[in-house]
Amino acid sequence: MTAWQTKLTETFGDACKFETFRDNIRCDVRTERFLEVMKNLRAQGFDLLLDVTGIDYLHYPKAADRYGVVYSLVNTESGERAYIKVRLNDPDPAVPSVYSIWKGCDWMERETYDMFGIVFEGHPDLRRILMPEEFTSFPLRKDYPLRGRGERHNFPTVLRSDG
Amino acid sequence: MAAKFPDFLVTKLDWVANLGRANSLWPMPFATACCGIELMATASSRYDIARFGAEAMRFSPRQCDLMIVAGRVVMKMVPVMQRIWQQMPEPKWCISMGACASSGGVFDTYAVVQGIDRFIPVDVYVPGCPPRPEQLLRAVIDLQEKVRRTGTIDAREFADRKTYEGPANLARQIAPEDTMMVPGDFTTATRLRD
Ligand code: SF4
Repeated sequence: MTAWQTKLTETFGDACKFETFRDNIRCDVRTERFLEVMKNLRAQGFDLLLDVTGIDYLHYPKAADRYGVVYSLVNTESGERAYIKVRLNDPDPAVPSVYSIWKGCDWMERETYDMFGIVFEGHPDLRRILMPEEFTSFPLRKDYPLRGRGERHNFPTVLRSDG
Repeated sequence: MAAKFPDFLVTKLDWVANLGRANSLWPMPFATACCGIELMATASSRYDIARFGAEAMRFSPRQCDLMIVAGRVVMKMVPVMQRIWQQMPEPKWCISMGACASSGGVFDTYAVVQGIDRFIPVDVYVPGCPPRPEQLLRAVIDLQEKVRRTGTIDAREFADRKTYEGPANLARQIAPEDTMMVPGDFTTATRLRD
């Protein structure tokens, strides 16, 4: 147990479940306490949010929840890393935005929203970032076909005589 | 203007125009991905596209008559590509460089267009991932040949190509219940049917 793990366990009890795989420490956080946990980690020195990304567990063996959101944190002084995961479910997967803690989450949360449709509550500007703005699906969800629904070819053609 | 002259004179005018156009193609480098690096290599000293009179790359479509699409094109880029194509003055030609521009390559996903010939007319396809500079030079030479053989001074050979010349619709690859049928224009093309 590292110091931050002990502190989290003391403060949040069983709202944080830990798991270690090849020196990667992951922490599964209950959605209700998520923002508090993140604030606590920031206070403990995790000052860099490296990445925010989503997972769709549809058809995943023995998965209880539909979506996961993973945050990778780094303590730039000690070099420690932490992977924080929250689980979400349909019909409206939503998680509090960590914009108030790490400003750098801005575009990463927008991308996760764009690809998975996960709503980050409190994000200042939650718009699509990669797909066209009028796009209606969330392409990295497992129930969205890999080749899309024909959107990519649904454009007018320029004929040679159009010039 | 051609109608005013007797045929033999028009033919001579065509020949002169083709001579000029074929030996001085001005490429518009529409380089969207890794093929663009090879396009730059073709223009640089070792391969030297200037030997074939096509070294004047201009980044304004209004000054170009050869569009070289080098790289994969995603659906967000399609309207841009078509706009640039339409901004080029006639006569103009298009080289589709690389597997991605010609067919989508390995990127058979929701966003990547499976061949630019679905949206703009293409004259020469260059296979390869990426094509070697020699292949692109070959494409330029082939295009020069095409210009010399089919070109006309007032570009009238393009006027009667009024039908779609691209590949057949890919819709059959998608299950009917997944297909989206909203008629496409640039504001609604990616909307799902209600
Ligand atoms: S054909 Fe190959 S080199 Fe060219 S854009 Fe596609 S992946 Fe890149």
